[in-house]
Amino acid sequence: MELFQLSRANDVQDAIKAGAASHTAQQGADVRFLAGGTTLLDLMKLNVERPGRVIDISRLPLASVEALPDGGVKIGAMVRNADLAHHVLIRDAYPVLSQALLAGASAQLRNMATTGGNLLQRTRCVYFRDTAMACNKREPGSGCAAISGFNRTQAILGVSDACIASNPSDMNVALTALEAVVHIQGTRGERSVAIDDFFLLPGTTPERETVLEPGDLITHVSLPRLADGSRSLYLKLRDRASYEFALASAAVIVRVTDGRVSHARVALGGVGTKPWRSREAEAALVSATPDIASFRRAAADALAGARPQTGNAFKVELAQRCLVHALTLATRAA
Amino acid sequence: MQDHSSPTRLFDETVGPKDAAPKPYGQTRTQPVEPVTIAVELSINGKNYALLLDPRTTLLDALREHLHFTGTKKGCDHGQCGACTVHVNGRRVNSCLCLAANHAGDEITTIEGIGNSGALHPMQASFVECDGYQCGYCTSGQIMSAVALLEEPVGPTDADVREAMSGNLCRCGAYQNIVAAIQIVRGKA
Repeated sequence: MELFQLSRANDVQDAIKAGAASHTAQQGADVRFLAGGTTLLDLMKLNVERPGRVIDISRLPLASVEALPDGGVKIGAMVRNADLAHHVLIRDAYPVLSQALLAGASAQLRNMATTGGNLLQRTRCVYFRDTAMACNKREPGSGCAAISGFNRTQAILGVSDACIASNPSDMNVALTALEAVVHIQGTRGERSVAIDDFFLLPGTTPERETVLEPGDLITHVSLPRLADGSRSLYLKLRDRASYEFALASAAVIVRVTDGRVSHARVALGGVGTKPWRSREAEAALVSATPDIASFRRAAADALAGARPQTGNAFKVELAQRCLVHALTLATRAA
Repeated sequence: MQDHSSPTRLFDETVGPKDAAPKPYGQTRTQPVEPVTIAVELSINGKNYALLLDPRTTLLDALREHLHFTGTKKGCDHGQCGACTVHVNGRRVNSCLCLAANHAGDEITTIEGIGNSGALHPMQASFVECDGYQCGYCTSGQIMSAVALLEEPVGPTDADVREAMSGNLCRCGAYQNIVAAIQIVRGKA
């Protein structure tokens, strides 16, 4: 680990001011905010992250979950994953989020990891994590060792010639299906970004993963109220039963009215370079009868644009089956 | 069999850095950082300790190397094995992914703080009774996790316990007996 200066932000403005001194808020940032530390310290030990200044933001007063007047929920950036998963407002109204959080990491890590930090969770691509290897995300222009390397766990949707790294988060898949909004404070004030716009596709600049700029601090995430009668569910498929990243996962929110799907939101995990909203699947589902044939059509539409690599073509089928099964469980008679 | 006559191509040379001179990685460090030590006061097992630490020191290294609480073990050092599990304000965490300096003011509990050889914690006694270990390296992390689990919303079944304990790996494979030891303490055996 490289040397760094450590300080604690006393308030949000303090953090913004410190962060603004960085030349980027993306890969290679020289100032980093430290919350739960589960990603950042891990990558600093590998010298993948080498900030000269680390700002402890873990004690900022952003750790509450509150009901909003419009029926939605506001989640502070410092709310720990374990607390969020078990919070009564989330467990009751947004089971997909609770399930996704509990499907991720371990009990210890969920006690540490925060909502804001999980939004910024980095890929588990082994080449990104190994400074001896080429990686356009870690070192722009150096190449992608994954494309011709071991790519079984990499993404098949949203990939580019520069990067095929998958986004590893479970929480972000649920938040994407829930159409969460990310609230950011920065040097130019406050702004709100729809979660699907918050994450960027790798394209030719895989080192840029989000819209965050130097000084930007995620303060909270808000969830809109779910339509009455809708049901939500998260299903995760992985190499072992627990404590493993997704090979494929699906977050679904679906409402059936008079024997037809009247509302559908679909996001996939483990297969995208960002948490993968599938508007194609949603369009295929709405007005369809909630049965296996409809679900298979929706899943085929969701994966139509897949670009598998040498080692992960199985994910095209796996992700479809995952989505079909998630929709089946979510629409099953209670 | 791998053909060793030609070097293994680890990445496609058309996209990899072929003859490029090694680029100094981390051009982002705009100025050198002077080495410093910082004063940190930690509360461990109910006692306060004043330390001078390099800011990079993890809570795990502060416990083991500076304060000689060697019951807490270093396994992977990356939050993947659970051997370093301690409690911070009553909640289990991986101490290898905590900076010690960030935990001034927190109540830290290690395996040394929950019992001793003359007065075992019920979970320690149950691990002994059930033979919940072989080499013992993961055991303090397993026990710290298991003690924390008693205060968490965990379902009643063995499967619930296995899920809640999945962040603690045991290479000897003592899992069956670990689950049994925990279920006895929970009264679910």
